[in-house]
Amino acid sequence: MSPLQKTAAIILCAIFLLMVLATILVPAPYARQFRDAPNARPSTAHPLGTDALGRDSLSRLLYGTRVSLLLAPAAALLSTVIAALLGSAAGFLGGRFERIILAATDLSLALPWLFLLLTVRAMLPLDVPPMVSVVIAFLMMGLLGWQASVRVICAAARGVRDSDFLLLARSSGCKPARLLLCHVAPNLRTLFYAQFWISIPLFILTEANLSILGLGVMEPMASWGNLLRGFEDFSALGANPWRLVPLVLLVIVVMCFQLVLPSQEVTQ
Amino acid sequence: MIRRVCLVLVLTLVSCCPSFVSAESASQSGGELHFCLHGEPKTFNPLLVEDGQSETVRYLTGGVLIRLNRQTQALEPALATSWKATPDGRTITFHLRTGLHFSDGTPFTSEDVAYTVKALMDPQLHSPTGDSFRSGDGQVSVQTPTADTITVTFPAPVAGLERLFDQVAILSAHSPKKEMAVLGPFYVADYSPGSYLLLRRNPNYWKKDKEGKPLPYLDSIRLDIQRNHDIEILRFRRGEIHIINSLDADLFDRLQKESPAAAHDAGPSLDSEFVWFNQVPTAAFPDYKKAWFRSTEFRKALSLAINRDDLARIVYAGHAQPAYGPISPANHFWFNSALPAPKYDSAAALRLLTQAGFRLEGETLRDASGNRVEFTLVTSTGNKPREQMVTMIQQDLSQIGIKVNMVTLDFPSLIERITRTFDYEACLLGFTNTDLDPNSQMNVWLSSAENHQWNPKQSKPATAWEAEIDRLMQSQASSTSDKKRKADWDRVQQIVFEQQPFIYLINRDAMSAISPTVIGSAPSVLDPHAFWNADVLRLGPDPSLGAQK
Repeated sequence: MSPLQKTAAIILCAIFLLMVLATILVPAPYARQFRDAPNARPSTAHPLGTDALGRDSLSRLLYGTRVSLLLAPAAALLSTVIAALLGSAAGFLGGRFERIILAATDLSLALPWLFLLLTVRAMLPLDVPPMVSVVIAFLMMGLLGWQASVRVICAAARGVRDSDFLLLARSSGCKPARLLLCHVAPNLRTLFYAQFWISIPLFILTEANLSILGLGVMEPMASWGNLLRGFEDFSALGANPWRLVPLVLLVIVVMCFQLVLPSQEVTQ
Repeated sequence: MIRRVCLVLVLTLVSCCPSFVSAESASQSGGELHFCLHGEPKTFNPLLVEDGQSETVRYLTGGVLIRLNRQTQALEPALATSWKATPDGRTITFHLRTGLHFSDGTPFTSEDVAYTVKALMDPQLHSPTGDSFRSGDGQVSVQTPTADTITVTFPAPVAGLERLFDQVAILSAHSPKKEMAVLGPFYVADYSPGSYLLLRRNPNYWKKDKEGKPLPYLDSIRLDIQRNHDIEILRFRRGEIHIINSLDADLFDRLQKESPAAAHDAGPSLDSEFVWFNQVPTAAFPDYKKAWFRSTEFRKALSLAINRDDLARIVYAGHAQPAYGPISPANHFWFNSALPAPKYDSAAALRLLTQAGFRLEGETLRDASGNRVEFTLVTSTGNKPREQMVTMIQQDLSQIGIKVNMVTLDFPSLIERITRTFDYEACLLGFTNTDLDPNSQMNVWLSSAENHQWNPKQSKPATAWEAEIDRLMQSQASSTSDKKRKADWDRVQQIVFEQQPFIYLINRDAMSAISPTVIGSAPSVLDPHAFWNADVLRLGPDPSLGAQK
């Protein structure tokens, strides 16, 4: 692991630690409105100032980090598992099965998922608790975010299918299920890890976009997505540079995830 | 020799002071005003106008018999020099200006007014403007005894009859250009769909200024089609457009910091934001919640527990006023000033709830059966002020132990729920009102109306107070006495205040941006706020922005 990768890993660990300790560290409840101090500058009471409704920005950032950094990896794990199952099976079995899976993937990529998400939100009961609504949003992301990975994994599995060690295993009488689980999947593990790490920043950014559209995390809960909505008033950022902190944190986390990724490929 | 010296002196002065010359000439000739439409105008036929863009074009191009002065809120003669309505409210006689011509040169006579009224009331045309005149079954009768007199008789009394003619742009009965021949200050000269609409000065416009100079001053108006509000304000900053007719509080504050002379807040508008509870008997939520929402004490308590001053101060940065009823204080005649303006009082709210059988256990309010008081408040996605108001209401109501969940829905889904499936508990939305006369709110207040949001399309009024509102609304609609109508409306406002079917929150201010280059602007709380007096606007030099076109 290079020094840069070590630094990225340490930063990620520090951010995760802050996230875990958010309850102790926050200066005020994340939803509490200090109505006499909307849009306040940083102070001892509010180290990162307050938002438009007077809520402590540091508290919201820490809680928002907790929501985004816990649920994005969960969604990434789900989508990677789906992609691994479909991609490995398609590449390994080949023929008609591969064509069907890839056609379904292409079709799925072409569908306007935003409208599906809008429809799902519209169909959900209104009395769903906010936390359940958040979990559903990330679940949807996990269920809908596997297509690109499937194509990559399928191509790699196709290469493994024609390898000598698989021919040997097949000639030894291994059944297809055992071949897939014990020979193909372990050889694609590196790729699974890579797809998982790539998906995390993708889902963090997707959640940010969904929140901007009103589909992700609902107020008063905080997430990086709804914190980034403060940037709609772009001209105010010059006078209030501390409002950039959520964006800086998002960029740091995404970069760290990307930097940590090559080490996985090397070690495997 | 002296003449030659004078000529040289004048030429020298002229060459040294180009800005002086351009300023003078610009202010005299008018120049070209630029502003944005937020979409395509759907029609140029003034009788078929439904959308805001077409309404802008109609306002700038259409000649009307009577014009509502957006500042004084009084009716003024326009194409009609005088008019008289009969006491029964069915007949109105206009005396028209003579010697006028449409923009294409076709003469204007009472025949054109008769043609317009007949077209307006033609059931085959489905004119939205005409709907306002339909108060009963039967034909409209039009008589033109002379070329400058016309009498229109409606089958039933029409409330606020004269004021309705502010919306009726007169068409030519004979012009080959049909609706493109106009009597207003400008005519449509060029239209590039998706790009711009160019209106040029109507040389045949009837109005003159005090010195007898023909109006309008402006040579033309270019309406750029621009849906994005951020780009619109960016273009305003660059001096590419001169007017933004309507601004939200955020944009207004930003602009005020950069260019205070360009930001105009005309005060509270007619628009309001409000919350209501779903009282539809067949709604798909538990009966105990229906009982809460039907309880007047519950609604009044929640109204008391919402801090409207904070909503106006924080969400609208002070550019809004707390609202307590259906008529904005900006509507000078119809507003019931005798109604109180109760202050935020969560203790009083809790007392009311206790009287109604609710009890506070720790930090949780429960009803008489022990159910936790919790409901979901829906609003439209992407509307930042509304989302912020819901968030503030969440905190206000948590003070009295009520848990509010917020759900934002895209607008079509929201409309589906509040008008068809009734699958919601409470909703926060706004009401954009362009008409001073509250008769236009019949479709809200009648219990049988589709827009009677808390319990629409009732076969008979569900409550005694709704029955009384029905009676008062019908009474004012059939009366021609403004005094009687005002008394009816005052009572309606009082009932609404007592029953709180809508919990009114705020009246937004009418905010607009007008470049300092625009001379003669007088922003109004009524729409169109910034260009209602377009015929007397002109462009001059820009002392601060240097953005003279």
